[in-house]
Amino acid sequence: MALDTAAVRADFPIMCREVHGRRLVYLDSAATSHKPRPVIDAVTDYYERFNSNVHRGSYQLAVEATEALEEARRKVANFIGADQDSEIVFAKNATEAINLVARTWGRANLGPGDPVVITELEHHANIVPWHMLAAEQGIELRWIPIRSDGHLDLTDLDRLLDGARLLSVAAVSNVLGTINPIRQLADAAHDAGALMMVDASQYTPHLPTDVKEMGADFVAFTGHKMCGPTGIGVLWAKPELLEAMPPFLGGGEMILNVTKEGFSTAAVPWKFEAGTPPIAEAVGLGAAVDYLTGLGMEQVREHEVALTGYALRTLNQRYGDDITIHGPTEPAERGGVLSFEYKGIHPHDVAQVLDRSGVCVRAGHHCAKPLMRVLGCAATSRASMYVYNDESDVDALADALGEADVFFIE
Amino acid sequence: MPDLEDLYREIILDHYRNPRNRGELDTPPAVRAEGFNPLCGDEVIIYVQVADGVIEDIKFGGQGCSISQASSSMMSAAVKGRTVEELQQFNHAFRSMMSIEPDPDNPAPTNGNSADVKLGDLEALKGVVKFPVRIKCATLSWHTLTQAVEEAQANS
Repeated sequence: MALDTAAVRADFPIMCREVHGRRLVYLDSAATSHKPRPVIDAVTDYYERFNSNVHRGSYQLAVEATEALEEARRKVANFIGADQDSEIVFAKNATEAINLVARTWGRANLGPGDPVVITELEHHANIVPWHMLAAEQGIELRWIPIRSDGHLDLTDLDRLLDGARLLSVAAVSNVLGTINPIRQLADAAHDAGALMMVDASQYTPHLPTDVKEMGADFVAFTGHKMCGPTGIGVLWAKPELLEAMPPFLGGGEMILNVTKEGFSTAAVPWKFEAGTPPIAEAVGLGAAVDYLTGLGMEQVREHEVALTGYALRTLNQRYGDDITIHGPTEPAERGGVLSFEYKGIHPHDVAQVLDRSGVCVRAGHHCAKPLMRVLGCAATSRASMYVYNDESDVDALADALGEADVFFIE
Repeated sequence: MPDLEDLYREIILDHYRNPRNRGELDTPPAVRAEGFNPLCGDEVIIYVQVADGVIEDIKFGGQGCSISQASSSMMSAAVKGRTVEELQQFNHAFRSMMSIEPDPDNPAPTNGNSADVKLGDLEALKGVVKFPVRIKCATLSWHTLTQAVEEAQANS
């Protein structure tokens, strides 16, 4: 059954607001999604009814707060097809989750000359942690190139993976929308003796996620792009890897025992969750997972494919050669992220003009500067869609875009 | 919201479409400096040739939005042939106009200008203040020029 967008919009209180006297046309969900009423209520409810610290109090409130945190972990585990709740490590966001792997598994297992393979379409979150390990431990960073159609160029994959220790790839590009062949890449990595990490930040909010089907060893994603609060992200990893990895940050929560001489670590996953965790945020993420499950992730994806197809058709028909939309042309091969260039007008200026009509798009390098270099531009405008968007939002974008001509086209 | 016409004044769009002093200079004798706006990816490259405390020549390059490109163009036209001291006055007046680091000893008059410096074309950028996100676009070239001139003076 198709998504009832009108009903979905009614779940998101922010959709009622106006911008510059116009209705809000929010097309920046790849940056962050809005939050539905049940998520906002879950966070409020947590603070109003059972706020307390977790895993230490023996009183009723603390028991309830701990249960709420662990219940959220259970929901996330179910949502992504994990076998056990303990495979879910809560982090601040996907960036922290990837850094956790680099700082713990990477530091313990990688040395000078050890290759880590990434791709040209990665977000900085999956580039800079490896640059840091290159500077500190001398690892070698290798890059899978992209083709002009926005897909990865896997011609030299075997050579790039030769001797590699880790392949780390975004499941969906936050700029091009490209859906990468994760299972194929994971199998190739494993055949070469490397581990596979997936940055699922743009995937999990939009497509049914099954970490076992992906064939991954590590999967990172963030809560705020999937209707959850900011400040909560997830690292999923295979249990044996989490067991063997050294801890990340040191402090409370992550210890079993501390003496003047040293410490021993708590069990997985708490070993990686030093300090008071983002409890309300985790509870909110649990509610977000329930919300998306209620919509049905198959329906969420179906809606995205249909709306992406409509957007590609509408913009191309209206503007023809005046608009260049990057990435795959086939909606089934991509997410609802449309990076575009319009008549050579700088994206900052495009976004400024669109804002006047209440249309929110992102302008800039989208934290993917190496990809921008490959595309041969310093920045793009990016419209990205989610469950609350419909054809009228695409039409509003198309209408407002032409208004840029007044200022920039002589 | 403030009118976009306040931001995209005709003189700004003219400098954007027909930039003055766009290009490169030989280094040395010129000094080259790069400025980045990490938020949006805009980059500006300034070449400046300073001799005896005078900005003898200036060129700029890089990629950016209409505001950053126009600001670079206007700045280059304003400071070319001026002394480094005059540049500092321009810089101060421009930053005051952009509402940055108000100087308590020298409060900006209501017309947005400080001191007796005539900003000329640059005055057109006053509308940018109403769009706070864009202030960095307008000031990037000034930061970069300051850096280049400091380097040029350190070299001499």
